[in-house]
Formats: sequence, C-alpha cells, structure tokens
Amino acid sequence: MNTEKNIKTLIVKKPLKLDCGKTIKDFPIAYETYGSLNSKKDNAILVFHALTGDQFVTGINPVTNKEGWWSYAVGPDKAIDTNKYFVICSNVIGGCMGSYGPSHKDPDQKIFGTNFPVITINDMVNAQYNLLDHFGIDKLFSITGGSMGGMQVLQFISNFPDKSKTVIPIATTSSHSAQNIAFNELGRQAITADSNWKDGNYTSSDTNPGKGLAVARMAAHITYLSKKGLQEKFGRKLQEREDLKFGFDADFQIESYLRYQGSVFVDRFDANSYLYITRAMDYFDLAKQFNGNLSEAFINTNAKFFIISFTSDWLYPTQENKDIVIALNSIGADVGFVEIESDKGHDSFLLDVPDFLSALKNFLDKSYEEN
Amino acid sequence: MKNEFQVIADLIEKDKKVLDVGCADGTLMKFLKDNKNINIRGLEISKEKVQECIAKGLTVIEGNAEKDLKQFPDKSFDYVVLSQTLQAFLNPELVLDELLRVGKKAIVTIPNFGYWKVRFHLLFKGTMPITKTLPDEWYNTPNLHMCTIKDFFHFVKSKDIKIFKSLALNNLNSSIINESNLGVKNLFADLGIFLIEK
Repeated sequence: MNTEKNIKTLIVKKPLKLDCGKTIKDFPIAYETYGSLNSKKDNAILVFHALTGDQFVTGINPVTNKEGWWSYAVGPDKAIDTNKYFVICSNVIGGCMGSYGPSHKDPDQKIFGTNFPVITINDMVNAQYNLLDHFGIDKLFSITGGSMGGMQVLQFISNFPDKSKTVIPIATTSSHSAQNIAFNELGRQAITADSNWKDGNYTSSDTNPGKGLAVARMAAHITYLSKKGLQEKFGRKLQEREDLKFGFDADFQIESYLRYQGSVFVDRFDANSYLYITRAMDYFDLAKQFNGNLSEAFINTNAKFFIISFTSDWLYPTQENKDIVIALNSIGADVGFVEIESDKGHDSFLLDVPDFLSALKNFLDKSYEEN
Repeated sequence: MKNEFQVIADLIEKDKKVLDVGCADGTLMKFLKDNKNINIRGLEISKEKVQECIAKGLTVIEGNAEKDLKQFPDKSFDYVVLSQTLQAFLNPELVLDELLRVGKKAIVTIPNFGYWKVRFHLLFKGTMPITKTLPDEWYNTPNLHMCTIKDFFHFVKSKDIKIFKSLALNNLNSSIINESNLGVKNLFADLGIFLIEK
C-alpha cells in the first residue's frame, strides 16, 4: 500500500527509540495537508486519526475514493476551517496507509508481519513530531483528534508541553479500560483465528485473513454506536424479504449492515496493522507514566484545553473524559469541557452533530482571534 | 448588563483569577475578562448556556456545582462568584462551604424573600410571590431553599464566616447592610450581595 503515488511521505532519518526497547530509523511517515501555512506559521493544526483512520482527513481519499473520515469537521468554512488553518494529519506508525508498519519490509527485504516492533501511542506521537521540523513550525495553533486520536493529543502535549497553543481531546480516555481492552482482544482473536492469517505471514503466502478482520470490524462497529441509535435505524427490520427465512442468511437489516461494514473494511485495512494499533491503544495509560498522577502529565504546559464528550458514547464515556478535566483543574490549567447531546454513540465525533461542530468551531476561532 | 453584575464587578480588583459558578451565558465573565483583565472560568449546568459561553470565547466547564466544585484545589481562585443560585441547590450549606474552600473570597448574591413586595404578595394575595427576581410559579421554580437577607446574614455569622461587605440592591441603588439597618434593608432590597471569606 505504500507504493501509491498519491501518498506524501517524510522519511525520518533521526533514530527513534521505541517503548519496546527497539530503535527505528530512516522510516516513512505518510502525511497529508489541507489549507496553507501562513507566513507567521502560527495557523497549523495537527489532527490525529483514530484506530482505522488515515492521513486523508477530508475531501476524497485518493486510495479508497471515499470521503475522508473527518469531512464533516474539516474543510473550507467548516469547524476546522481550511481557509484559515493549515491542517496536517499523518498515518500512525504501525498503520497501513504509507507510514512504517507491519506490511513494510525489514532491512533483509522480508515483510515484517508480526516481526514489526510493538508500538505505543507514545511512539506514534514521537514519530509524528518530526512533521513540525519538516514544516518549520515552532508551535502549533492546535492539536485535536477523537478516540485514539484523543489519546495521541494527550500524549503529545505531555511530551511536548510548549508545542501547541490549544489542545482538543475528543471522546477519549487517559487510560484504556478493561472493557476497551476486552473489545480489542475480541477483534485480535477473530483475526488470528482466521486460518489465512498464517502467524501474520499472509502476504508472502498470498492469502488474506479477510474473514477474521471483517468479524473484528463488525464487533468494533457495534461499540461505536448506541443502543438507541441502532434501534432507531434498524429495529427488527428485515433485509429485502417479507418474512424470516429460518436460516442463517442475513434476515435482519442490522446483520446485513454489519456484514457490509466488515467487507468494505477488509478492502482498505491491513489485518496486522489492526493488531498493532489496537495493542497500542490497550497499552495506553498516561497516568501510569507519571506514577499514577495524571495531573503530572500536564504540569509543564500552559496550553488551553477544550475537552468534548458525547452523551451516548459508552466506549469512552463522559466520566473518562471528565477525569481528564479533573486532572487539569487540580493543577489550575485552562480547561473547558462540554458534553454534547447525541444518540450517535462514540461515532458522534465523525458525524454531522451540529452542537459538536459549532462548539469546535467557536473554540478554535475565538482562541485564534486571541492569538 | 444588569446592575447586579456591575456591583459584583466593582468588588473585584483587576488581574485576579475568578470562578463564576452557574455562569449562565457568560455575560459577567465576558465583562470581567474584557474590562478587568480577569483570568475567568465558568461552571454551568445547562448545555445550551455552555455553548453560548464557548461562542463568546470563554473557558467554561459543563457541570453541577454540588458535585463538581470538589475538583478545584483549596483557595485556587481569588474570587468565586455565585449569583442568585444558592437557593436552588439541594444542599446550599455544602455549596457555600465549597465556595469558601475553593475561593480565597466568595461573592454570593441572593434574591431576598423578605422584600416588601414578596411579603405583600403573600399577605394580600395569599399565593406564592412572583417578582422580578422570583419570576417562576411555585410548581416550576428551581428555588428549593428561599431565604431572606436577614436569614443569610445570620447564617454566615453562625458559621464564623467573615463578611467583608454586604450590599442591599434595589433597582439601581446599592447600599451597605450592617447590623443596625438589617431590618430595613431586609424590607426594601430585592437582592442581597455578600462578599465573604473563611
């Protein structure tokens, strides 16, 4: 996938010591930008993507030919207004849209597979930090992202406390819960149980654990929606049939919908990357990096924080977002918080939720005016 | 901006750090930020009001004063402001204690149930009073613990809370309340404003 001509790549020469102990160097970071960097270089926003996202935030993704994952929020005159701001997003390391990952070749020209080093959220942001040097940006105007993107936001400002004026973690957590880990493990087991996975060496044997990856996606997709949202959209509606068929075809629309979500995902995502990225999320525990005191993670930053959660998000519920607010308040940080009313579950941050988009826009634009 | 806010703003020196509890649409916050260079934060329970504050560029946290004040460290603000909300809490005493823990000083304003119009309303109409500061019907009012200026004055004294300044507000006029004029002020002011410390 890294040979696509539409992918911009930065080769990071500087060695990066990973949390697992290994060091990588001369590795690619695939990125995309939107809008333009002004002469003062003070209008850059670094966006971090979630588990299955990539650097193609908005517009048509040139690889999948589908809308970018955050098209509702990012673009001209949108919440993150690309007429005004220079938006940078890069594919995380471990990913499969051009950045260094398990589908790449090792120095012996063998595809890594599961020999790729296990990476962490900390490794991801340390790798992406190189983009600031690449663009000659001393300080970002903002960093933002939802879900795993929000974890990277928190880790980034902790690692580089004076490198962003504003910080917007969305629908996220400072520590992956047992339930989060459980769902990720379910996905990983589905992949590794597929006989085509072949201990991660499926590329060299010209197979693909598509069935396992699709099941992983289906299970995860349920966690992104709310019970109410699912009930209202699908209820018990049947799929192109008058009555139950007394078999195991997709009788219900929800079954058909999930199967479709699974099948389109397989076309665009690498199974090993799914293993690596979910692992990085599971290992994320920012407080643990500071002896259990989350506030310590933010003690050196003067950045202005704005934290957003959603009422129906049960994957990264409001309380986990509020725990970050509490940690920031206890050190007198500048932090705002809003919980947005939405039936759309965890996925709310990706969808057309007007209250969310207007809060995001107002926060950014007002903060930029005060610059 | 209403007169109450002007009186509150006059009690706060420039360049201070202030928490506005129940900040509503952020009118007072914006005034303090723009005119007195105040480092201002708000706590507000209504999602709509929080959005209005964000649109004004104000730092506000959606939350409930009865549960969410505890996250702020002791004396982390120079002033904590609570405007006409104390009577709406389930446990006003607890909230008052929290305000005085979080703030070096607190400014609390209360709609006065001892105001003569309130007394006349109940005396002659025999129904629950409705006035400018008490606009709701008995069945939909958020107010659970109405009190008079006199009640509040005695209450803070009994808790060994120091009153720096207490003001009676009637329309555009504010005047000092003290022990000797308490009965009169309790009759003629529709709002009491207290600057207190513990």
